Formats: sequence, C-alpha cells, structure tokens
Amino acid sequence: MTIDTTAPTSDLASRRQTRMDPVAMADAMGTAGDETRSPAPQQVMPRLIAHFHRASGHFGGQVLTFILTIAAALVASVPMIWLAGSDLWLTTTALFGGALGSGPAIAETMVQMIPLLIAGLAVAVAFHASLFNIGVEGQLLFGGLVAGIVGATVNLPPVLLMIACILAGMIGGALFALIPALLKAYRGAHEVVTTIMMNFVAVAVSEYAVAPSGPFVASDQPSATDRVPEGTQLPIIWDGTRLHAGLLVALAAVAIVTWVLYRTPIGFRLRLMGANQGAARASGVSIERMTILALLASGALGGLAGAVQVLGVYGRFYSAFSPGYGFDAIAVALLGALSPIGVVASGFFFAVLHAGSVPLQAIAGISREMVGVVSGLVVAFVAAQPAMLRLWSGWRKPAVDDRAIETGAETPPAAEKTASMEMPS
Amino acid sequence: MSHLLTISLVISALHLALPILMPMLGGLISERSGVMNIGLEGMMLIGAFSAVLVTYFTGSPWLGLVGALCSGVLSGSALALMTVTLRGDQVVASAAINLIGAGLTAALIPVIWDIDGLTPSVAKIPSIHVPFLEDLPAVGRIFRSLSLVDYICFALVFLVWWVLFRTDAGLRIRACGESAESADVAGIAVVRTRFFAVVSSGVFGALGGAYLSIVTLDMFQASMTQGRGFLALAAMVFGKWRVWPGALACIAFGFADAIALRAQILWRGIPHELLIALPYVLALFALATFVGRASGPAGVGKPFTRA
Amino acid sequence: MSAGFEAIMTKDDASRSELTPAAIRLSGVSKHFGPVKANRSIDLTVQPGSVHGLLGENGAGKSTLMKILFGMIRPDAGRIQIAGEEVMLRSSADALAHGIGMVQQHFSLIGKLTVAENLILGRGSKGFAARWLRPLDLEAASRRAVDLSERLGFGIDPSARCETLSVGARQKVEILKALWGGATTLVLDEPTAALSPPDAEELYALLQNLQRDGTTIVLISHKMPEIMRLCDRVTVLRDGAVAGEAEIPRAFADAEQRQALEARLVRLMIGRNKPEVPSRSHHIWPTVLSVRKLSDGDRFGPVDLDVHGGEILAVVGVEGNGQSQFVDLLIGLTKAKQGGIALDDCDITGMTTLQRFQCGIAHIPEDRHRLAVADAMSVIDNASIGFIDGAPFAPTPFWLSRKRRGRFATGIVKRQRVRASSVEAPVASLSGGNQQKLVVGRELSRAPRLMIAAQPTRGLDIGSTAAVHEALIGLRDAGGGVLLLSLDLNEVFTIADRIVVFRQGRIVGETTTANADIDQIGRWMSGVDQESKP
Repeated sequence: MTIDTTAPTSDLASRRQTRMDPVAMADAMGTAGDETRSPAPQQVMPRLIAHFHRASGHFGGQVLTFILTIAAALVASVPMIWLAGSDLWLTTTALFGGALGSGPAIAETMVQMIPLLIAGLAVAVAFHASLFNIGVEGQLLFGGLVAGIVGATVNLPPVLLMIACILAGMIGGALFALIPALLKAYRGAHEVVTTIMMNFVAVAVSEYAVAPSGPFVASDQPSATDRVPEGTQLPIIWDGTRLHAGLLVALAAVAIVTWVLYRTPIGFRLRLMGANQGAARASGVSIERMTILALLASGALGGLAGAVQVLGVYGRFYSAFSPGYGFDAIAVALLGALSPIGVVASGFFFAVLHAGSVPLQAIAGISREMVGVVSGLVVAFVAAQPAMLRLWSGWRKPAVDDRAIETGAETPPAAEKTASMEMPS
Repeated sequence: MSHLLTISLVISALHLALPILMPMLGGLISERSGVMNIGLEGMMLIGAFSAVLVTYFTGSPWLGLVGALCSGVLSGSALALMTVTLRGDQVVASAAINLIGAGLTAALIPVIWDIDGLTPSVAKIPSIHVPFLEDLPAVGRIFRSLSLVDYICFALVFLVWWVLFRTDAGLRIRACGESAESADVAGIAVVRTRFFAVVSSGVFGALGGAYLSIVTLDMFQASMTQGRGFLALAAMVFGKWRVWPGALACIAFGFADAIALRAQILWRGIPHELLIALPYVLALFALATFVGRASGPAGVGKPFTRA
Repeated sequence: MSAGFEAIMTKDDASRSELTPAAIRLSGVSKHFGPVKANRSIDLTVQPGSVHGLLGENGAGKSTLMKILFGMIRPDAGRIQIAGEEVMLRSSADALAHGIGMVQQHFSLIGKLTVAENLILGRGSKGFAARWLRPLDLEAASRRAVDLSERLGFGIDPSARCETLSVGARQKVEILKALWGGATTLVLDEPTAALSPPDAEELYALLQNLQRDGTTIVLISHKMPEIMRLCDRVTVLRDGAVAGEAEIPRAFADAEQRQALEARLVRLMIGRNKPEVPSRSHHIWPTVLSVRKLSDGDRFGPVDLDVHGGEILAVVGVEGNGQSQFVDLLIGLTKAKQGGIALDDCDITGMTTLQRFQCGIAHIPEDRHRLAVADAMSVIDNASIGFIDGAPFAPTPFWLSRKRRGRFATGIVKRQRVRASSVEAPVASLSGGNQQKLVVGRELSRAPRLMIAAQPTRGLDIGSTAAVHEALIGLRDAGGGVLLLSLDLNEVFTIADRIVVFRQGRIVGETTTANADIDQIGRWMSGVDQESKP
C-alpha cells in the first residue's frame, strides 16, 4: 500500500455552500442536457394524512374527497333538522339562500370567510409541521385584543396605525403561541393540552381587559375597547356591504403561505419535520427551532385573523367577537387537506354555513350551534378518511405490500462504475 | 388567609376536583391502552347534557346518571370506531368529538327546551348521611357534604388502579399501550382491548360531566365543562400516567379552582376574570417546571395494524 | 458413509411420516403480496422432536412462511396440519393454543414490563368474567420462571424490567415466553442475529437441552454453520419456493463431505455459487477522518480512529456497543464531551450537523424509515433532503427551485437505477431496496470525503445489496473514505479493507481484512480476549 500525498482534499472554502458532486450539480442546473419533464405542481402532506395522499395524490381525487366529506357531514346532520321539526327543503333554501342568494348575501359570506380562511391557514401551517395548534382561538382573541388596544391608544396617522395594529395583532398571536412552543420544544409537553390552556387564559385576559373596571374598556360600550380612529379600519371594498379589505389580506396570506411552504428552504424544512422528524434531524434541521418557528407562524396567522376581524368588521375589540372561528379553523384546515388552496375552498364552505346560520335560525329554527356540529362531523370524516380510502382502494385492487416488492427480481447491477465520483488526479 | 383555608375550602376543592379526576381516569385508561384521547371535553359535555336530559324527562337524577354513562359508551364507541377500528388519526378524531360534543349539546338545548344557553333546573343527586363520620368534629362537615356519587368516584380511583396494575386485564391494556405488535404476538386481541379501553374512557368522561350537571349544579349550560377535560389530561401527564399521582394533581387543580372562587369574595383587589384562569396557568406552570420531559406509554398514537 | 450427500432430496420422505404424525405439515401453502409471490406452494414436514432448519436468503420467504405458521398472516392457499390435525390459524393465539411457540426476529418483549409480567402476558384464562376477576399472580409466575429457566440451564431474575436486560438474556426470556403456554414446537426466526458469539453458544446449548426434553424446533437462519451444527434436517427456500431439502448427519466422515454438503446447500440457497469477492483497495490516500479521544461522556469512548482516503473501514461489534453513539457524534446529533473530530485536517468538533455535511460528510442512516426518508414526500423532495441550503437549489432564502431539484432527482434515479413510477410519486410507493438506492444516490451526490454507511444493506435483497456495495466501492476507488458500520460479518469481509471492533463504546481490536481471523474477531466482540485490548 502506498500513501499518496496528492490526494484530493475537501473544498473547505466553499463550506457555506451546499456541497454537491459535479455530475449531480450539472443535473440540477440542467446543463447535463437530459430531457426531464418539468415537475407538475405537487402537494405534500404531513404524516397525518399521508395515507390519504398515497391513496389519491392527484388533484381530481382531492376535489372528490372534499365534496364527499362535505356531503357526508351534511347528511349526518340531517337528523338534527328533523329533531328541530324543520324540513329539508326549507333548511336548504334558508341556508344557501341566506348565504348566496343575493349580492349582499355573498358579500356577507365573504366577510365570514376572511377570519375562517386566515385561521384555517394558521392551523394548516402547524399541521404541516405535525403540530396540532388547537389554540388558534386564543391566539385570535389575543391578537384581536392587542390590535384593538393599539388602535385605541396609540397615536399615529391612520394608515400607519392600521399597519401597526395588524402587526401588533400578529405579534400578540405569536406571543400567545410562544409558551406552548417552548413547552413543546424543550419540555415535550403536548401542544394540544398547552394551547387549549392558553385559550382559557386568552378568554380570561381579554375579558379582564374590557371588564367594567378593566384597563382598556370603552367609555361608551361595555366589554369592548374604544373605537379605532377614523381611517384606521380596513377599507370597505364593496360599497353598501361589510366586505372589507381583509379579504385581500387573507388572499395575500394564502399566497405567502403557499410560497413559503412549497418554494422556500424554510418551508421545506418545516414540511420535512412534519413528515419525518428523524430524517429532518439527521439532515441537520434543528427540531426545537422549527417547532418554535412553526407554532409562532401559526400563532401570528391566528393573531392576524383576530386583528383583521377587529379592524375590518367592528372597528374595536369586543370580548365576544369570535363565535369560535379558531375551532372551526381546525375543520377548515383538515377539509382543505392542509393545502392553502384547499383551505380557500373549505373556508368558503364554512363561511356559507356561518352566513347561512342566521337565516337558518330565523326561518328553519335551527340553532347556529349546528355550524359547530357540522365542523365536528367534517373533522370526524377527515379522521376516518384514510380508512375509507383504504377500504375503497382495497376493493378496487389488492393492496401492494412494500416488503413483498423487495423480493421481486431486480435488474442486476450494471458493471460500469457509479458515475458520480471523480477520479483523483 | 385564615378565611381562605377553611373546611369549606376543602369541601369545595373536593367537589371541584372530582369532575377533573373522573376524566383523568378515563384518559389514563385510554392512553395506557395506546389511544390518545383529547376528546374527553366533548365526552364530558355530552355526558352532562344527557344526565340533565334524562333527569328532566324521568325526574330521577339516578336514571340521569345512568343516561350519562350510556352516552359515554356511545361517545367512547364513536371515538374507538374512528381510531381503533378505522385507524384514523387519534388527535384529529378526538378533536372531532370535542367539536361535535360542544356543538350538539348547545344546539339541542333550544330544540328541547326552547331556550338558548342553559336548561331549566332538574333534580340533583342528594347527599347521603353516613353516621359517625359526619359527627366527627371539624371534618364531619366534609362527610355531610358528600353524596353517594362522591364515594363511588373515590372508589373508582382505587378500582382503576387495581384493574390496571393488579389484574390480567390491566396487564393486557398496558401491553397494548407499550407495544401493540408485541401484545399481538402474545395473543392479545389488541383491537378489542383498545376498543374497550376507549369506551371506558368515554364512560369516565361522561361521569365527570354528569357530576358537574347533576351533582354540583342542577342544570346544563353550554360549554359548562370549561376545559376540565383538558385539565384532566394535564393532570394525567403531570402524574406521569400513574393513577395516584394523577389523582393528586386533580385535587391540586381542585384547590386552585376553589381558591380562585373564594379569592373573588375575599380579595376584591384581584380581578376575578384573571383568577378564573388560575387552574389553567397552574397546569401550564406544572407542565413547564415539575414534569420532566414527559413520556407516556410508548405506543400512544400509533394505530395498530397487522403486517 | 456417504449418506450426507445422498440425502439431498426434493420431496419429503413419505414413508417416515406414516409412523408418527408430523409435528408440522404444510402442504401447498402460498401467499402473495400484490404481484409478488412471497410463498409459492410450499410443502414442509417437520418431524416431532427434531431440529428442522429453514435456510434461505433475505427475501426468500422464510419469515412469511413462519408468520403463516404462527397465525400472523393468513395464506392464500394451502393446508396446515399440526400433529396430524388440520388447523385454521386466525391469530397467534390460535397458534399458541396448538402448541406452537415463536421467537421473533425482532424482540417481542415489552421493555417497560418485568420478566414475569411479560411471561404471563396474554396467557390468562379464556372468558370475559374469569379474565376480569382474576388478579395477577406474579409470585407464582416468578417461581415458575425460575424453575423453568433452571431446568433449561440458565438463571433469570423475574422481577427485572426487560429493558434493563442484556440482549442475550432477553433472547432467553423470549424462549421462556414461547414455552410458557406449554408449546411443544418452538419456531426461532434468526435467533442469533443480534447475539455475540458466546451468547450464541449459550443459546445453542439451550436449544440442545430443549431438544433433549422432546421439543420440536424449527430454526430459521441464513447462517450455514448454525444450521450444520444444530439441525437434523434442513429445507432450503429460494424465491418463495422450496429449492430442496437435506438430512444433516450427526457426524461427518470427513471435512470434505461436510464441505460438499455446505456447497450444495449454498447453491440451493442462492441459485449459484458464492459471489466473488470484489477487489481490495490498491491505493491508500492520506487520512480523511481523524478521531482523537472522542467521548460522549456516557456510553461511548474515548476512541481514537483514522479513516484514510481510498479505504473502507468497517466498525463491527455486537449491536448496542457504541456504534450508533459513534455515528451520532460524527454527524453532530450529539455533542462530544471530550476529544475531537477532524475531517481533512479541519476540526469539525464544534460544527452543526449541516456544517459537517457541507464539509464533506455523507451519511446513510441505519434506520431508513426513521432517519433517511420521509414516506409521504415525493422522490424529488426526498432527493433534496440536506441540499436545500444555498446554491444550486436555493440561491436566496426566499426561493427553492423546483425545476432544478426535479432534474437532480431524475439524475439520481437514473444513475442508481431506482425503480420509481415518477419522481413526483411519494417515496412510500417505492420498494425498500429502491428507497435505499435513492438514499445512497443522494448521499453520493454530496461528493463526500467521508461516507458513513450504517448497515446500508440491512433488509435488502441481493440485487439492491450489490448495488449499494458497488456504490461504496466506487467511492473508495475514487479516493473517498468509507466508514461502514455493519452487524453482518459477511458483508464486512466482502467489501471492507480494514476492521475495527467495538465493545462497550471502545475499540478492542483492529485488523486488516486480508489478515483477519474470524475467531479472533468473535473473541474481541464478546470480550473474551481482554488482554489483546490496545
């Protein structure tokens, strides 16, 4: 054996760059000249609905699942309609007529969609990291409170104040997610339990802030902060209705979340951690940092939902401004299969339920609380989805077993050497 | 302070601890079998509602209690069907139980009683008289305030401990929670065992709910459980998935609740809105400090399927 | 006495089975998973009181067959007879009721429970009420465990938690557990896979004691010496079908006869002669990895070790002797308490995992599903794990190129001959071997100076194994260093240039493969040879 001193050494100068073998690099940069198809848009889901993804990875399958889930949930809630002594037709017309029957009705549905959409994104972002943020309701409340307080007390030009309110709301929501995030990252406390606790803390804090003797209560209105100054509210974008610019904020949030999740390294790390924490850690992702980041982002979106609702609809913070948007958001995220576009669709569906629930109560005598039941049913059907799809695909064709394939004949390894190494000179 | 620490504080702490203690036991059984049940809150609400409903129509709170237990079997079966039989995600499925529980009970109040938010009063489960004990000085008042249900609940703590750690059935349940595959190889029917454990957790959750609605109070109110199902889970984690430490944690939460209630009367300076959050803050604090990195049964959250 | 060779048959000896009913008789048992036939019309007859070997390579269908026999998998076709009685096995409980006990390849003990608890687990009386009302009698169980273990020639503490036991002790508890319900037939699936040579010796003695007691034993193995030593008869499986059967004589006339039988069995097992040993490294370059007094302050170290360019250094040892701690320290998942790691004379001790990868370390993890791939993510995403920081995929933190990642993934798929329906398909849709090839290709694409390959071929079939070996040898020949951690001594002897032996987190022996003495390595692994510690 000879010791050769002219051996190649690693290029330490380029340490900060991703090391890549030249052949692979050429592949990646497209200089190798092979005709690769440009990959079509794809969606990757965390472990939670990995089964679902495997069974129907394509867009059509997702739309079908979406519709079937809604249909199943609605059918399952039919007994409630009979219990309430109403009939199906009346209920349907009341619901959809009330939500979509006229221009103003559609605008009102859109108004309802805004917080559901943003809060749904908040839940979805956490889910992508395999974290269940059930505390979006609390983050939304606290974000709304902070936005309301900033709007009522800080002295700034209106537009700047509006931006300050929205940012303050996001920071408030993020701070409210910080404690569960730290507990999860460093103590292993399950985020479901801790974020729920924070919900009750949020209710207590926001009620205290605007209690009769509370520090921020308005002089002219109990259980609310003072109105934000003129011009600080989000502008109305459809005259004669309540539809406000929050819709644009929500759609921008959808675009940004989509981009970050699927088109940035940080989103990749987040999804990787959600899909396989071990692989993420072994490839150099700091699990603690990503856990905190994911929950903070989720909390910030929750706070944004609250701030937008406070600035767009009421112009002030009411302690009871959320009828449980944060909880419906769980159903929104899951029904949307955690994809931001899917969240838009399912957010719209739940907005129809919310907007239609008022005429529903008036005409058909069905309690608004039914929205909660339907979201529960949607979540239940999403939870059972892997099993249903398994049954369905099992019925179509026998399941293919992983291990079994391995025993199948492989093409014998080629004699030529692996092409990826450069010979040392 | 002397006004705070009285016998009546102990009484109220015990009464406030039991509706956390019962779902804690339910959560413990379920998690020991390998199914995470965060749906206890919804199961409690359904139980509390069913208890009032049956009591309202029959006039007997005891039948109401039976009705609550039956509702627990139903909600437990629903969760078991989703998680154990269909192997759906446990956290998502139990979140569904919470949403349905909260929505359904609130939606049914106006359907049945034509009013929103809370039901009319119904009969409560009465206290019972235990000779000798209630004549004791000082502590006698505690016994006078207890009903038969309280005694049953305390007995249940012992029963759950005994079954889980001293019987064959408990060994089977614990084996399923640690490693479903190993349990299966040992000839244990994992699916049946887990199903049973989840159904029992539903029964315990419903019992906790019924305790609130027909023992502590005499009516049902929308969202009356106020997160006790989740406090129960925190207590279970705090007790490291063991019965007695978990029960102690529940009693600690009960005291926190009781102190918060009394402090409202005693110390006007502290806003009561903030005091209400005391048990939750305490739970967060407990999770942050005392509990080491929490680790439950190894198999929790993993659906079981044979290769 | 040339009976040994003559006894090779392809049909079982019908005349014998008429005298006493066979302990186990399988006829025409078939099982397929999707398009793949794991078992093809298998006939197997096990005589009572014998030790019957089941020999075959990974993926030959041995484990599937035994799972069928233990009621864990239901066959598509075929009949099972136990002691002459036709049975239908729906679950392992059924198999246990018919007197079949099984020792799984992966331990089935529950670590948090005590030995006694594990032994009585699932053995309660039938019937709901009886089960509920019956308190656990752990004392009686403990007494019985001690009695039974003493009869079999070893000692056991019934109140010890299983997670605190050594691998060898656990294996014995497994056997006790399998016998607990009065099993008359014991099936052992690769029982010595994780055992050190002395532990394996004890196990062999134990099995011989069992046989003397009249227990029928089915031994699944791919280790030829084990089969030759213990078995009365062996059935060879290949590609899911019975390739042949042979009687193994108690004593051989001479070494030649023994070797002839072994050679015949190997041919039956792999369908060809033993693969040729690839060429050794010819060129040794300077040190790539240099580890000095490295310790994690707990179960590992201090260790000094060098890996040169152009060599494959194998770390061998019984599982759990510091190998995984070593890998974690090298890639930075745990921080070193003392000592240092240098890569090409550059100190990397304080670097993060990511920085180490950027310095030229690549890592094929031991547990693919836990550490290497994300099942639900696509081939593209899995190919880009660890490449997403900086150029070429993410020139800025706000942009991660999908097009470039797609081309890159396609390149790996082509080079490594990964069989995937599309690069957008989730990795879960690939077979295990193809997933592993993807991981190997990804790690090779780092142009690593040092490749850490932890059991890179575990559970792979022959073709995938060869492809992985080829890749590692290619890297070595190109001047890179390879650190191979393997439990499979055959693999080590096939591709490694140098061998170090780990025991209790320290290096206890070192040799070149060319001069290696397998017995010496066994002594190092088991700690028998204390004085040779460097």
